[in-house]
Amino acid sequence: MPDVTKTATVEDAVATPSVDASAPAEKPEKARSLWGDAWADLRRNPYFIVSSVLIALLLLISAWPTLFTSASPTAGDLVHHFLSKPELSKVGSAEWLGYDQQGRSVYARLIHGTSASVTVGIAVTAIVTVVGGIMGMISGYFGGMIDAVLSRLTDVFFGIPFLLGAMVVLQAFVERTVWVVVFALAFLGWTQITRVMRGAVITIKQADYVHAAKALGAGTTRILFRHILPNAMAPVIVVATIALGGYISAEATLSYLGLGLAAPTVSWGVDISAGVAQIRVAPHVLLWPSIMLSLTVLAFIMLGEAVRNALDPKLR
Amino acid sequence: MGRYVARRLLQMIPVFLGTTLLIFLMVHSLPGDPVLAMFGDKGADPATLAAKRHELGLDKPTWQQYLFYMRDMLLHLDFGTQIRNGLPVTDVLGDAFPITLQLATLAFAIELIFGIGLGVIGGLRAGRLADNLILIFTLLIISIPVFVLGFIIKMVFAFNLGWIDPNVSTQPEWGELIAPAIVLGFLSLAYVARLTRTSMAENLRADYMRTAVAKGLPRRRVIGVHLMRNSMIPVITFLGTDIGALMGGAIVTESIFNIKGVGGVIAESISRREGATLVGLVTILVIVYLVTSLLIDLLYAVLDPRIRYA
Amino acid sequence: MSIIDKTAAVPAPRGGDHTGPLLEVRDLHVEFHTRDGVAKAVNGVNYSVNAGETLAVLGESGSGKSVTAQAIMGILDMPPGKIPQGEILFRGEDMLKMSEEERRKIRGRKIAMIFQDALSSLNPVLTVGYQLGEMFRVHHGMSKKDAKVKAIELMDKVKIPAAKARVSDYPHQFSGGMRQRIMIAMALALEPDLIIADEPTTALDVTVQAQVMDLLAELQQEYNMGLILITHDLGVVADVADKIAVMYAGRIVEQAPVHELYKRPAHPYTRGLLDSIPRLDQKGQELYAIKGLPPNLLKVPTGCAFNPRCPKADDLCRTEIPALVPVTEQNGADLPGRKSACHFWKETIHG
Repeated sequence: MPDVTKTATVEDAVATPSVDASAPAEKPEKARSLWGDAWADLRRNPYFIVSSVLIALLLLISAWPTLFTSASPTAGDLVHHFLSKPELSKVGSAEWLGYDQQGRSVYARLIHGTSASVTVGIAVTAIVTVVGGIMGMISGYFGGMIDAVLSRLTDVFFGIPFLLGAMVVLQAFVERTVWVVVFALAFLGWTQITRVMRGAVITIKQADYVHAAKALGAGTTRILFRHILPNAMAPVIVVATIALGGYISAEATLSYLGLGLAAPTVSWGVDISAGVAQIRVAPHVLLWPSIMLSLTVLAFIMLGEAVRNALDPKLR
Repeated sequence: MGRYVARRLLQMIPVFLGTTLLIFLMVHSLPGDPVLAMFGDKGADPATLAAKRHELGLDKPTWQQYLFYMRDMLLHLDFGTQIRNGLPVTDVLGDAFPITLQLATLAFAIELIFGIGLGVIGGLRAGRLADNLILIFTLLIISIPVFVLGFIIKMVFAFNLGWIDPNVSTQPEWGELIAPAIVLGFLSLAYVARLTRTSMAENLRADYMRTAVAKGLPRRRVIGVHLMRNSMIPVITFLGTDIGALMGGAIVTESIFNIKGVGGVIAESISRREGATLVGLVTILVIVYLVTSLLIDLLYAVLDPRIRYA
Repeated sequence: MSIIDKTAAVPAPRGGDHTGPLLEVRDLHVEFHTRDGVAKAVNGVNYSVNAGETLAVLGESGSGKSVTAQAIMGILDMPPGKIPQGEILFRGEDMLKMSEEERRKIRGRKIAMIFQDALSSLNPVLTVGYQLGEMFRVHHGMSKKDAKVKAIELMDKVKIPAAKARVSDYPHQFSGGMRQRIMIAMALALEPDLIIADEPTTALDVTVQAQVMDLLAELQQEYNMGLILITHDLGVVADVADKIAVMYAGRIVEQAPVHELYKRPAHPYTRGLLDSIPRLDQKGQELYAIKGLPPNLLKVPTGCAFNPRCPKADDLCRTEIPALVPVTEQNGADLPGRKSACHFWKETIHG
């Protein structure tokens, strides 16, 4: 999905300066006050409140889908013809959002499909943040040959078009489960976090308090984890949150192209892909998963932006 | 400057080789046998298969295949042939690429004009109604996956309103490509708008802006010369890197509107395991990416005199 | 009509047909509306400057000295800034009542400003020649070529070596002192009547500070300009200023001719400032420091804003805001130009 790589460049340009902005308020104790300030700001931000509620709801749906619907997402009964109109007044019932071509409840599939998207998004983000974060930290802190090699490696992976690369990786697997998709996206996605982390670490490395810590005889590990990491986390968290939305969107795009998740896995991308064929006669089959998907992506992007604005006073 | 360019060019070599090797290895680790697939359901006797493999060089170790491939490509501009039909890859791409390029160019123009336009409006009215509307609009655009947006546009404009054809013809006119280009360029448009807006809002508060006002310059000049020169630097950087991304991201848009560009070639090559075609295509995209990022870096030095390359 | 037309018609004696001070600020109030409340940055400031005269405005950061200057210049950010009350008379005409276009024509041409940090105040992506020449191109409609010649002249004027060669350089290529000279050149370009210098030497090395101050004073003499020098550094003021206004929490707390103030301060705050200057003859003694912190402008203390930090404060100071009143000798003789806003000015100056 091009979104993911694009966010990288935009956030590189927009989010990294937050390090400069927060730089005067450093030292471990003061770093807490940076987060404290950010929290005070976030609590008043309507975007943050809306996105947090949405995300909490999505997590709840992913964990316990049966709380929301008793209908089965896979049992189809052709008695329920997909051309019959959705009954929007019967909120929460199986026929609420209508039926798909195989007579399965669109609403039930919507609810049960949530976990695939949310799992992919969170898992990919977790992996790329850890892997990319470590790579970026090593690259930025040690510099020299290590940086040159790691940077070129990052460039190599960054040079492969994201969607195209993910398609090739996915093609290598016969059975494409959620974890295969996670692997494919993480395999190409880590470069973004590496670049952001590297940039942040290089900036922070030159800060006076890091020189001070060095002068006081702090060891490499201590400097990295006590002084640099807490301050470099801000831009990384922002980029990772926004990217999470991008990964969810990428998963759906790959499923739509027929290379991501496939039936029998229940997922929005699969449903959208299946709905394309009936776009003219039964648009609701395509519409509802599209709306859910967009809402989910929106929630994570909104959260990331709210956090960025809170952390970067310059943008206020 | 000259030394910087030389160093950058040197750095590009390992990245170029690394990327092509990576995609080569990825394609070669795909399951399935393209030679076997060539003979279809009928199958063929092992001797024929082996002969064919030998003819195509597929019996050699992967690293040798890669080296031969790169040698032919670099020395003879020969990207290999498609296994299925024996067509040179350059011909296949030569047919498909112009259409994608046409689509990407149009998308880029849309992104440039409307992205910067909206961003300037938002940046100058930061915090006010117009700005908030633009922020919400772009947020929605960013959240809607490209293929969903594509279907919305197709549904509304092709099926409900009948303004456009749902599918684009084989040799598309510019006019036919407007709707697909909007779909392709909208996401970038939103990013450009937001980047422009943020950059302008940030520079508006810069000290030199206060100086420009204190000099008694008319508002037009304060904004047009002092603010824009500084605010456009990150935007131009983004636009530069986006040219390649638009071409790579055209797959989805092309499949929605049935455009016969590289998207179709990619999908087909992946499913048929046409390694040469895929690697050739990625090679071209990587070259575009490397060249544009170098140009952007150099342009950066022109736009921002504080940047000096040692 | 506007002032510009009038002065254009009367070219010769600087100061035009207006008698009285060049610039007069009357009862100026400025407030900032923030999320946390209204910050009253300036609370009824009065001061005036004549042609050829130098007024030094002294105060800590947050005292309102820069905000006053920005209000005069018309470069306050509004919103959040707001001027609820007051007049700023330039040659007798209230600038706050002028149209934006009239004010723009005064800016740079009649009143110019020098900023503290020349590096961030000059546009990083334009050459200094362009930025200097812009003054002539915009205000005098000069061609690009002529403007460049003028820019070189200006750079010579402020003693930048090899001006011709450096006119196409960018701000970051100059040293701090040279950059500040460019700022000065830019302010001088159209030979304005009044220059406001906001901490012009604060960002510079001590050795360069004196050079830049001397240059500024010399050019002021040459053009007979009024100069408002905003600073927190008493050392800078002594040699160049004619009179001083000391500001605290948005008010003027003391006004005096420069040497009088140094000799006999009439406000405990001024005294505190003077006592905290290190002196060679008191080597070995502990340096005096005003205790406490500058007030929070969102909640200025009741009564005299300085009372929590003042060694002389008593109950009166905590309840009643002292007015800025004329200061006299012990025998009641006039001390021209001296005023103090302290309930105990007598004790302070004579005690």
